[in-house]
Amino acid sequence: MVNTKYFLKGFISIKGADSPAIALAVSFIAIGALFKNIGLNIQESIFSTFLTYALPGSLIMAESLIVGASLLNIFLAVWLVNARLYPMTVSLFPLLTHKSQPRLKYYLACHFIAVSSWLIMKENYKSVERKYRLDFWIGVGAANLLVAVSATVFGFFIADYLNKDMMIGLAIVNPVYFTCVMVSAMKTIQMSLAVILGTVFGILFYFVSPEWCILVGGFTAGTLAFFIGELNGN
Amino acid sequence: MAIDIILAILVTSFATYISRFLGVITSKKIKENSKIFKWFNCLAYSTLSALLARLVIFPAGALAEVDYLVRFIVVFICLMIFLISKKNFVYPTVLSALFLAFLSSIF
Repeated sequence: MVNTKYFLKGFISIKGADSPAIALAVSFIAIGALFKNIGLNIQESIFSTFLTYALPGSLIMAESLIVGASLLNIFLAVWLVNARLYPMTVSLFPLLTHKSQPRLKYYLACHFIAVSSWLIMKENYKSVERKYRLDFWIGVGAANLLVAVSATVFGFFIADYLNKDMMIGLAIVNPVYFTCVMVSAMKTIQMSLAVILGTVFGILFYFVSPEWCILVGGFTAGTLAFFIGELNGN
Repeated sequence: MAIDIILAILVTSFATYISRFLGVITSKKIKENSKIFKWFNCLAYSTLSALLARLVIFPAGALAEVDYLVRFIVVFICLMIFLISKKNFVYPTVLSALFLAFLSSIF
């Protein structure tokens, strides 16, 4: 099962000064309020955050419900916007692998992959003994998911007190937080190029296809950054 | 409508979980010191940046109601605050909401 000591260590790591908890909570307060406004009930709102636990996907679902898009459309749009979780998983899980951990645990633990937990883990994995990294990760993920679900509930109940300007204010917090995160990740040529080219190509490819811009733009930018970095000794 | 919402939530969750699940399968064969691992790290940061650029420049939802220039100014000022405050994450995130709520109520 899960090692309690490392689970708790992971769980409380969300308290750090550079923790994504504030940005995470604010964004899910906005999602909770949005769910209420488009007619979801409280159970559906909790269910959605708990099961999806990926902000852009939830936003797309909400927008699709408003315009009455088909389930196939929702599926494709969400898959495309959340496909970033694939490289995120591949760039994290090899660090957590240990032969003593059962395979099934990885398939359940990957549900916690979201940018907030991912960042905490990337910062802290070296300080955790390899054998228990997966347990630590489950702790980090559970804490973040708990914040997300609680914030959704809070947002749902205060929806009536939030005016348009406040909703707009809440919506900028997450992008600003991640802009800061991305800038502080720019420590090598490779990372700097990945961030800068990702931004530029994400915008350029939007003019070709708004749906595919994140995937195609991100793939092109990341691959270019990797090769240029390798040629220049990272 | 109620059934539709539940179905939409399930479809959204499934579409999201696929990428995580495939990521675990791919991870099995990848060593953390390999070039492929480094490449995926670049891909993770570049796709996140691409998503971020899209959220700021071509937003959906509430943000779309604010002028592009206002959004850009708020992100830029907050980034400066972040750099000046020796990379403190709390000031820029809290101030960003106040700035934008204030600016969008004026313009």
